[in-house]
Amino acid sequence: MVSTEKVKGLIQEVEGADSSDKLLDAVKALAAVRHEAAIPTLIDVLRYNNPGAAVAAVDGLIDIGQAAVTPLLDNLDGYNYGARAWATRALAGIGDPRALGLLVEAAITDFSLSVRRAAARGLGNIIWSKVPDEEIESKQKQVLDTLLQVAQDPEWVVRYAAVVGLQNLALSVVSSNSGLVQQIIGQFSEMSINDPEIAVRARVKMALEGIGNRGREKEEKLMTNN
Amino acid sequence: MSSFEENFQSLQAGAGETSADESSLTVEKAIANLQQREDKGDRYYAAWWLGRFRVNKPEAIDALLEALEDETDRAPDGGYPLRRNAAKALGKLGDVRVVPALIECLNSADYYVRESAAQSLEMLGDPRAIPPLINLLDGGVEAAIQVASKPHLVQPYEAVLEALGTLKATEAIELIEPFLAHFREKVQYAAARAMYQLTAKGVYGERLVAALEGNDLQLRRSALMDLGAIGYLGAAEAIANTLAENSLKIISLRGLLAHHLENNPLESGLSDESLRIMQLMDQLL
Repeated sequence: MVSTEKVKGLIQEVEGADSSDKLLDAVKALAAVRHEAAIPTLIDVLRYNNPGAAVAAVDGLIDIGQAAVTPLLDNLDGYNYGARAWATRALAGIGDPRALGLLVEAAITDFSLSVRRAAARGLGNIIWSKVPDEEIESKQKQVLDTLLQVAQDPEWVVRYAAVVGLQNLALSVVSSNSGLVQQIIGQFSEMSINDPEIAVRARVKMALEGIGNRGREKEEKLMTNN
Repeated sequence: MSSFEENFQSLQAGAGETSADESSLTVEKAIANLQQREDKGDRYYAAWWLGRFRVNKPEAIDALLEALEDETDRAPDGGYPLRRNAAKALGKLGDVRVVPALIECLNSADYYVRESAAQSLEMLGDPRAIPPLINLLDGGVEAAIQVASKPHLVQPYEAVLEALGTLKATEAIELIEPFLAHFREKVQYAAARAMYQLTAKGVYGERLVAALEGNDLQLRRSALMDLGAIGYLGAAEAIANTLAENSLKIISLRGLLAHHLENNPLESGLSDESLRIMQLMDQLL
């Protein structure tokens, strides 16, 4: 772990950058140390309207993970759409259940397809071990219902992201919630025939094979244990 | 110009969805607007709208064919705005009965009418367009200079080269090849793209891959579009890594995937190449 002093120096580089290129390099360097002290500055960068720097800041926040969730949620800027979209992408990448409500809303209602697709993917990354036992079932159902709805999005790339989200949801609950896995497989069977976009049908096939393999591994494990 | 590229360009312009404004016309109203002569603006918009919403009714096509000969709507530079829109729209309607009229447009005095016609002839895929398109390459790369005081070259070379590639005009290979050395990058890319389509040689795909490393964002976007349109599999990693919007990279990769699946149908199982492309797409979501 680098020293807080060094992080302070890197933060000053970001704040003092006087060109787009220098900003990008400074944000990359700050993101690379994965230090919690960098969080406020990385969140600030999301407001700069500099896509290259924002991508680097989002990657950095995702790498830092859990510790960035509360500051991200506290700083969601309702008036700066761009910053909000970037923050949503960061929260989607981290997968902390505290962001679940935000991701559900973004996946269905955001007007930008790039935010809807990032949120849909993020819904498949939720870390269920961080959800209290008594809430797991209802929250998993909420995520499933949301992704089933997103799988009807008019934009193919959002449906593609919904397939990725559904596959990851199925894999994360495969040993605990077989009813949910069955519903996902049912949705995939329908999409593999009816989705008009070839890339979506191909991704569905890949997802079905991924879930099938995991299911088989689980069965084999049970057999050897017995 | 393929439907793939249209998709790509509308996304680049930020038009992810259809706005309420765009849907405000009806088919009947749009055809009537195109047939009337009082309001030039309504006529111009109607021609675009009929293409945008793929209204391939005979009445719409007839009215668009008539608009190709319009004399009333003139731009300050002497061009024909309505003819440009009509030529673009006819490419999207998929009716090859308009091919002779579009071929006629390749001789128009208006550069942008010639460009629109070449793009539409590419979309319609009719080989009758090949000889007249080849004619526009007369004089070769030496003649392909910029028009004084205009932003464009003497002919719409990008559109012509791309169309010849898509129309599988192998007889034009020797005429196309010199354009790889044209002074404009976008013309070079169009030539590389056509050469790849006509010869399937990786060296031409690699030419476009090299363009993804360039410093100019517009040129990188252009190369992304070309690679997606020709489906050059060797470009997958370079597409995922180039500096451009994820949305555009995903669409480009989708072009590779769709092209690959034409020869490797899903019913016979997922190939390693398909899996590789989709893994790259997943990371860009």
